[in-house]
Amino acid sequence: MQAQITLSVDGEQRSLTIDTRTTLLDALRERLGVTSPKKGCDHGQCGACTVLLDGRRANTCLALAVAHDGARITTAAGLEDGDNLHPLQQAFIDHDGFQCGYCTPGQICSAVGMLDEFEAGHPSHVTQDPTGPQQLDDDEIRERMSGNLCRCGAYANIVAAIRAVAP
Amino acid sequence: MIPFDYQRAADGASAVATVTRRPGAAFLGGGTNLVDHMKLGVADPDLLVDVTRLPYDAIEQLPGGGVRIGATVRNSDLAADPLIRSRYPVLSEALLAGASGQLRNLATTGGNLLQRTRCVYFQDVTTPCNKRQPGAGCSAIDGWTRNHAILGASEHCVATHPSDMAVAMAALDAAVVVLGADGERSIPLVDFHRLPGDEPQRDTVLEHGELITAVDVPALGFAVRSAYRKVRDRASYAFALVSVAAALDIDGGVVRDGRVALGGVAHKPWRATRAEERLRGAPADDATFAAAADAELAQARPLRDNGFKVAMARNTLVAVLRDLAARDQGTKDRP
Repeated sequence: MQAQITLSVDGEQRSLTIDTRTTLLDALRERLGVTSPKKGCDHGQCGACTVLLDGRRANTCLALAVAHDGARITTAAGLEDGDNLHPLQQAFIDHDGFQCGYCTPGQICSAVGMLDEFEAGHPSHVTQDPTGPQQLDDDEIRERMSGNLCRCGAYANIVAAIRAVAP
Repeated sequence: MIPFDYQRAADGASAVATVTRRPGAAFLGGGTNLVDHMKLGVADPDLLVDVTRLPYDAIEQLPGGGVRIGATVRNSDLAADPLIRSRYPVLSEALLAGASGQLRNLATTGGNLLQRTRCVYFQDVTTPCNKRQPGAGCSAIDGWTRNHAILGASEHCVATHPSDMAVAMAALDAAVVVLGADGERSIPLVDFHRLPGDEPQRDTVLEHGELITAVDVPALGFAVRSAYRKVRDRASYAFALVSVAAALDIDGGVVRDGRVALGGVAHKPWRATRAEERLRGAPADDATFAAAADAELAQARPLRDNGFKVAMARNTLVAVLRDLAARDQGTKDRP
């Protein structure tokens, strides 16, 4: 079955006709040529496909494109401000937060969304203070980023990069 | 994945009518479990009715002090809600123990209740499974059973229910509000999920076409002293081997009342009524907590690979109750 949808991708309006079986990830990568989000496991287990979907981090591999008609999507490639890298992008470079780089766009989108959630006072599984998280320490960063796997094992530097940008 | 039609529901009643009259239709929420099952060949709906934009996205106070949680409230929003965190910390903690940040942003309250077992044989269409294909046989019973049930299983199915949220809701006496072709009904959460019996293909008592619109959590004053603890193979982002949701009401060193539910041990969130009976009126000490745990787990029937779950459930339950009791005595530190 076919459906007509429009997505805002990194600030650009994109209209396309899709098979209803198309995931948001495949619509972005295979139909629109937006290859920043990566296909890792394709089952919601690795986080490589993470984007900001209407402002919140989400796995695009388990989202059907047809169900997100009209959505506003920001990929890691759309985080730059002109020629300036997003602070998290720069921090990943400064702290060597990757080896092969395949999980990096998902890591960075997830970190952007995670920092917004922290700013909004969202607790996490490791938050001790019942009134909410007070400080984004390494335990908090690791817990909140647990949906993004890195097979190279660059976690130590990923945590360092996020810590450098965290409030 | 087989081709399917897609509709965005205009309102609850028409969504129910559409799915009710089409046997192959399914409701679509966040999709984090259903879409995965469609990829795996575990589910093959021919029509998806998207209910995520229906007006079931509020968390409202009920007269009498309870809370109504809309079915489309996202797991992340429910976990972060100030009312839930202050009145029912066990529920917020359970949600935060499940999945990942980006999955919780998609997953809905209704969908979380309806997520299906992560039994590896259920998810692998090359192996027989009574839940996936009634009468095919159970590959788990004589297979790898480390993650499987120790309570309430049958010879047809030994799968466990994967939800954390539902375990907390079972402890809190929540009720599932359901819209069907004949109108609305309310189902106690402890009766909402089924034990497998000889119909393991039926996870819940829902009829085809019935739509979850909300979950009501009644007032429970002492739930401010409640907690959820999850034991799993890694520190985060894994399903429970065993989990415990509990709330304690202690007065003068004596347990006045308590609520206990276990996760990861049965085909449904396991309300531990035998443990609760042993707690009521007994001294709030380790001997009572151990007796309560033993009373509940006396009925455990472990399989070849999961005998450890009996001791793990017992010890986790004792630890959670001990921590809650310590909090009552003026120690406000959370576990």
